[in-house]
Amino acid sequence: MSQSFEEISAQLKKRHRRSARMKWMTMGALILAAVFLVFFISDMVVRGWPAFQQAQIKVDITYNEQSKEIPLAAVNETVRPLVSRGVFRTLPQRMESNPELMGTTKTQWVIADSPVDQYLQGNKSELSAEAREVVDRLVRQGRAELKFNTRFFTAGDSKMPELAGIAAAAIGTLMTMLVTMSVCFPIGVMTAVYLEEFAPDNKLTQIVEININNLAAVPSILFGLLGLAIYIGFFGVPRSSPLVGGLTLALMTLPVIIISTRAALRSVPDSIRHAAFGVGCSRWQVVRDHVLPVSLPGILTGSIIGLAQAMGETAPLILVGMVAFIPEASMTLTDASTVMPAQIFTWASEPDSAFAEKTAGGILVLLAVLIFLNALAVWLRNKFERRW
Amino acid sequence: MNDTTLQDFQTQQEPPMTSEGGAREQYSDAPTPDKGQPVTRNENVEENLSVRVRDLNLWYGEHQALNDISIDIFANTVTALIGPSGCGKSTFLRCLNRMNDLISTVRIKGLVEMDGRDVNARGMDEVALRRRVGMVFQKPNPFPKSIYENVAYAPRMHDMVSRKADQDELVERALRDAGLWNEVKDKLYEPGTSLSGGQQQRLCIARAIAVQPDIILMDEPTSALDPISTATIEDLMDKLKKDFTIVTVTHNMQQAARVADYTAFFHLGDMIEYNATKQMFANPHTKKAEDYITGRYG
Repeated sequence: MSQSFEEISAQLKKRHRRSARMKWMTMGALILAAVFLVFFISDMVVRGWPAFQQAQIKVDITYNEQSKEIPLAAVNETVRPLVSRGVFRTLPQRMESNPELMGTTKTQWVIADSPVDQYLQGNKSELSAEAREVVDRLVRQGRAELKFNTRFFTAGDSKMPELAGIAAAAIGTLMTMLVTMSVCFPIGVMTAVYLEEFAPDNKLTQIVEININNLAAVPSILFGLLGLAIYIGFFGVPRSSPLVGGLTLALMTLPVIIISTRAALRSVPDSIRHAAFGVGCSRWQVVRDHVLPVSLPGILTGSIIGLAQAMGETAPLILVGMVAFIPEASMTLTDASTVMPAQIFTWASEPDSAFAEKTAGGILVLLAVLIFLNALAVWLRNKFERRW
Repeated sequence: MNDTTLQDFQTQQEPPMTSEGGAREQYSDAPTPDKGQPVTRNENVEENLSVRVRDLNLWYGEHQALNDISIDIFANTVTALIGPSGCGKSTFLRCLNRMNDLISTVRIKGLVEMDGRDVNARGMDEVALRRRVGMVFQKPNPFPKSIYENVAYAPRMHDMVSRKADQDELVERALRDAGLWNEVKDKLYEPGTSLSGGQQQRLCIARAIAVQPDIILMDEPTSALDPISTATIEDLMDKLKKDFTIVTVTHNMQQAARVADYTAFFHLGDMIEYNATKQMFANPHTKKAEDYITGRYG
């Protein structure tokens, strides 16, 4: 005896309610996560935006013999305390390389001192009352304003916050990543190819697999200790160099690349391998001519994601010394350098409150690079995804 | 993936021999009468023989899949292997080109002899074997390359051709022989996967014949195709047997009746009967074969 639709529907009410509750709960979780994300990003943007703006003052600079000896004399007394010390330091050099400047007076925009910058941004500033009046007057005259801070992207670190930039750290990151990728990409891919295509299915292979999976979960600071003890202590690699930083990060990224390459290789259907064996390919030919070309997009995607992870690592690099003060990046692999996350860390430790905005600005730049890399990985994966 | 070959597990009374006389003596002679005497086409049996299988046993781990299979496959014929699901037809087919080596739990005992050589012997290179024994699979699996590359890849890899002109000629000949040339001659560089199912299967056949094997194994080649493509491929099998020996597994008895010269009936790992197709279908020797052919079970 079967029930009518009405009877069954009445019984189902409870199940439908539970189903709807589940739907709202999971949606709520998503919204909560999105709110955290929006909150974090907007907080960073609000804090970091001032880093991209720098106060500049239009002053008259007198180039003569006196100002060559005493650069401070090149500028009018009232505006002298408002100009960045760094500007004065570069004056004699400019006069050396441009002799035609001698005996002239030029009006130009120069970088203002940090307190002026903080005052114009609206933060707490140590400017005296008279100095503030001078600044206000200059603003009214149109001789002081906030301009876009290109120096942030072109200069290295500096003791003076108004002159500090992330360029040196960016170059350091680039070189460190070059070392990391050139070591762990070939080794990782070839290890994964061996484990997936050639290794027999026995106890030893399983032990290796378990260990690789565990290595991927090891806290990164331990790799820093390893780098310190073995690379610097035993092999004598120069401390604080992109070489040692890259090698340390390579060890850390290796398990990630192995795992993602294995997943890419596994996603190649066996029918292709069988077809290749069927026409008389040796195992190496099957891998080289059929499996690898098809799985290459997946391998690249995994490598880019591993690269993005390595780029944001700070703790292991601190241990191998990449928190040095680097005003200018050298392009060699053995000189001391720093990386972007370490630079952010250094700025965050500075007592001067003007560095707070630099910290947030640095975070924004790093986030932009990481988002770009991940978007590139997703795009690659979508473009080359095949339907068998 | 496992590369272990089966030599470690194979037990033979004596080391494998390459001389014909020696290899014969230790095994039972021609298939015994209750399994159906194959009709020999002429007195000199050796000339017509393509593959000799004697007392072939195969285990997947503990489970025995083939029990003492003995069969003669004749050159330039189409031999069909029929039987209900799970009876060992595909397993047996894969023994002929050692594709079972790819499965790690497989253990083989017995003789599979081609051209006077034991195929499972220690000295036999399975890559060389697969050059002479081609395979077409149940689900069409062209390489993810262009149509041209699909056909040209293997001959180039085996150093059969090198110059572009030679490759072009070989590709055209293989595609013509597979009955695909007219449909693809304008789009040779399109991906192989852009073709229809029947065309893909013919591409796989072209790929198999491009290396000029002696034997072509076909594992249910038309089971995934529509009737028109099936008919095309059956015509192809008939045409190809002039140059190749074809062994095909088929679920479809009517197909066996249509294309095959010889038919072997398998049941639960045993080969019950082996005979010329007309004889087998008109007058089966064994009850099991008769029941299957008349459709009493399937």
